[in-house]
Amino acid sequence: MRISCPICGERDRREFYYAGHALAVDRPDEDAGSAAWDDYVHNRANPCGETRDLWYHEMGCGAWLVVTRNTATHEVLDTVLAEEAAR
Amino acid sequence: MRLQGDGLIDRNRRMTFSFDGRHYTGFDGDTLASALIANDIKVVARSFKYHRPRGIFSAGSEEPNALVTVGRGPGQEPNARATTIELFDGLATYSQNCWPSVDFDLLAINDLASPFLGAGFYYKTFMWPKAFWEKVYEPVIRRAAGLGALSKEAGTARYERAFAFCDLLVIGGGPAGLMAAWTAAQAGADVILADEDRLLGGKLNAETEEVDGQPGAVWAAAMRTRLDEMENVRVMTRTAVVGAYDQGTYGALERLAPDLAARTAAPKACFWRIVAKRSVLATGAIERPVAFQNNDRPGVMMASALRAYVNRWRVSPGQRVAIFANSDAGHRTAADLQAAGVHVAALVDARTDAECALDVPFFAGAQVGNTEGRKGLEAISVMRASGVEKIQADVLAMSGGWNPSVHLSCHMGGQPVWNPELAAFLPAEGAIPGMVYAGAVNGAFSTRACLESGVTAGWKALVELGIERGSIDVPGAENGTYEITPIWTVPGKGRAWLDFQNDVTVKDVKQAAQENFTSVEHMKRYTTQGMAPDQGKNSNIGALAVLADATGRGISETGTTTYRPPFVPVPIAALGAGGQGKGFAPQRFTTSHDAAVGRGAPMIEAGLWYRPSYFPKPGETHWRQSCDREVKMVRDHVGICDVSTLGKIDLQGPDASTFLDMVYTGMMSTLKLGRVRYGLMLREDGHVMDDGTCARLGESQYLVTTTTAAAGQVMRHLDFVHQALCPQMDVRFASVTEQWAQFAVVGPKSRALLEELIGHDLDNDNWPFMGCGPINIGGVEGRLFRISFSGELAYEIAVPARYGASLFEELTKRAEAMEGGLYGMEALNVLRIEKGFITHAEIHGRITAFDIGMQGMMSQRKDFIGKTMAARPGLMDDTREQMVGLRPVGAVKELLAGAHLFDADADAVSENDQGYITSVGFSPNLGHVIGLGFLKQGRARIGEKVRTVEHLNGSSTLCEVIDPVAFDPSGGRMRG
Repeated sequence: MRISCPICGERDRREFYYAGHALAVDRPDEDAGSAAWDDYVHNRANPCGETRDLWYHEMGCGAWLVVTRNTATHEVLDTVLAEEAAR
Repeated sequence: MRLQGDGLIDRNRRMTFSFDGRHYTGFDGDTLASALIANDIKVVARSFKYHRPRGIFSAGSEEPNALVTVGRGPGQEPNARATTIELFDGLATYSQNCWPSVDFDLLAINDLASPFLGAGFYYKTFMWPKAFWEKVYEPVIRRAAGLGALSKEAGTARYERAFAFCDLLVIGGGPAGLMAAWTAAQAGADVILADEDRLLGGKLNAETEEVDGQPGAVWAAAMRTRLDEMENVRVMTRTAVVGAYDQGTYGALERLAPDLAARTAAPKACFWRIVAKRSVLATGAIERPVAFQNNDRPGVMMASALRAYVNRWRVSPGQRVAIFANSDAGHRTAADLQAAGVHVAALVDARTDAECALDVPFFAGAQVGNTEGRKGLEAISVMRASGVEKIQADVLAMSGGWNPSVHLSCHMGGQPVWNPELAAFLPAEGAIPGMVYAGAVNGAFSTRACLESGVTAGWKALVELGIERGSIDVPGAENGTYEITPIWTVPGKGRAWLDFQNDVTVKDVKQAAQENFTSVEHMKRYTTQGMAPDQGKNSNIGALAVLADATGRGISETGTTTYRPPFVPVPIAALGAGGQGKGFAPQRFTTSHDAAVGRGAPMIEAGLWYRPSYFPKPGETHWRQSCDREVKMVRDHVGICDVSTLGKIDLQGPDASTFLDMVYTGMMSTLKLGRVRYGLMLREDGHVMDDGTCARLGESQYLVTTTTAAAGQVMRHLDFVHQALCPQMDVRFASVTEQWAQFAVVGPKSRALLEELIGHDLDNDNWPFMGCGPINIGGVEGRLFRISFSGELAYEIAVPARYGASLFEELTKRAEAMEGGLYGMEALNVLRIEKGFITHAEIHGRITAFDIGMQGMMSQRKDFIGKTMAARPGLMDDTREQMVGLRPVGAVKELLAGAHLFDADADAVSENDQGYITSVGFSPNLGHVIGLGFLKQGRARIGEKVRTVEHLNGSSTLCEVIDPVAFDPSGGRMRG
């Protein structure tokens, strides 16, 4: 699998560290309630198809990326910096 | 025997090789198989299950029979295919799976027992008694069945890995692949052309036909020269593309030429990951055997392989050759043999309307029904409507048509499509994104059609690459048609082999169907069809045709088993090249490494770092003697320890304070300039991630330290919090772990030592506890932190790493002059256990700030990572296991980390579990062993007796629960 880092270009996935679903960038407020926090910390879907997840270009520029990809076909559809996804 | 004529061997370069200890000669250009044939060796192996004698069957990587072991000892390589081993001077090879020898194998008795050894034999026979499986059945079966063996010595062969990138990867260098590569290269595309053979040309090297008015092999060699001269082309021979993966990634195994691999420190093979924007699959086809009785005798081989041996290597495996085919392949074979002067004993053509233009004994509408011969073929039985005729022959060349090598097209889940006209599976369109098919793999069976489809495939790839195509002349070549009536099996009562490598017969497949293993995947696993190293390259299609017949379904409906990478066996060592030894775990050394090793310190791994365990003195014979001395030395005088391995992160920017408030539980923004604060970081789920110190070096500059173990994790975490959660914060940070060498100077005399070294007054007013700031040591700008991980008056002094070694020597010298010296990790551990200071032994991932008594460090005045979840009732519950100290009070004086805690009078069973021990050490200051651990409601149970139990070695110790801080509880020494 290859991922296009917006900073470094297309790289082998071995340069990246995988960190689960990208909903981790949408951190709830401190007092959002236990349901929201439970969803944020624990609950993850396991989709067959399109998903967004977080990859860290650990062996490269150190950027956190939000990668949209298809778990069935392994296609990488889109890659943006987590910094931009979070704004 | 060797024939007259040129072939593609160099008769001027004679080479000596051995097989089973006997020496033979061959020529440069030979494979082991052709050289064995030249030396009239017929039996080269024994079969997997029945130990039947087997001879060379094919001329390529699909070879099922001729597996041999190359070399002996550490470099020994089992299961190498004789058909792909290039001959070189000194090559030593051995037959395998036979005892005492390949010619006389005692286990051939299995063949007599074959009526009992059919499909499902193991499953039915070895069911009971249950205990017999491991003790009796499995060892016996393992002894009897199997292929080659490893030497069991550590391998010495070297392997490499490499990456390559191109516009177009052409897989297969036959006529189709050559034209595809040529077409794309002419247009300027970046091309890689890979072929598993040492020569380009594919079948052209094995046939007598012409291309562009010249012999096919000559044309292919000229094409190679032209491609080699182009800058935008990389020709990779001896390179098998073994797998197709996501996004145009292909795996390929390149074997080095024997003379290159023989050079000192040269690798044997290189595993390539090739990333291609487009690819052309031009892998050709593998000739299909026919299943008839005793079709596995040495001497029975594929017709195309025989032509290759005769034409390319100028060898013949026999004197009287019979041919059995259902297409014009038989006639072509007979013509080539006649031209080479080999006697053709019979040409058996299954087609009733076939005619023969050659002067050979010809049998139209006939089939070969059986063979005879003990160690090699002696006669065949030709069956005609008029009866059976026995013909003397020592070689039988057979051809049942062609199976396109669709393997790579199926590696991403694609299913090949049955083509009834060609009676063959063809690759499915679009099965691999960016891959187009050319040549025989796509059903183009004439040479001219292969050349044309290569050009078309090249053009198609160019269009998709957006490269303008030029015009290409397609060379003239044979353009015959391929007409075939498939023959899968010839009727008969005896065993007819499908899978030669795993000894699977027609009867086995029929039996599987009869026992309702009717799915092709079930049949495969029940019979082991196609599960040998050759993965059924020449047998799977035949087996599924038998299954289709037995179940009354069509071949298309029956379907194929799943084709999986690798196409040919790949040594694990090649896949993992670079990942052995230091490639697996690189070594990180501190600036004091050489000095520590020079003083005889045993080094222990801390992640990738190496740190000294202890520094033995003359007369000390046990690590505990050194450790106890070092602990006392630190408490009484002064000790020096390299602490550079702790992670150091330099944070700068106007929002640095706010950012640190977010990642630490405590308030860092209130930290005064020139002061250090201890900090805890939590994970978002509320558990402790790491601890360390945070020093404020400037108004908007901090130095954060992490534990050695978690340095990478903390850096990744900070990057995440900044980029994904707080991108608006104006802060930047970088790891400076390796830029600074840092040493702990610890003990009552540390102040005096440092004052003398830096010429600066360090009393409590000038440099208070938890103070930090810049210092100057002999003109070098350094940093001094008054922090303590031992409970003693202590400092950490940091200098740029290039001065580390010399500062370490200087500190050591001064400490030794004050009755102090160096101490290692063992002493460091005891010192911190005495003080109840935590490491990752304690904060192991399931621990909260509450558990270690640090709930007070969680600020209520701000949000921070982990705050909300840490407040969950379950994580604040009083009944949780809390950190305590332990000391033995009974007869047993030892404690073991990992032991569990129980009430003194309770049974040591999991329902009664009260906690566990995380760290232990002998305290020379207290005179007994102490431990840290977690105990349910521990803080309320100080003074109680508990029992530790270590079930692994059955030890048990009665303990008193004590405060985690066992030494100097007031902390006066540290602040002194």
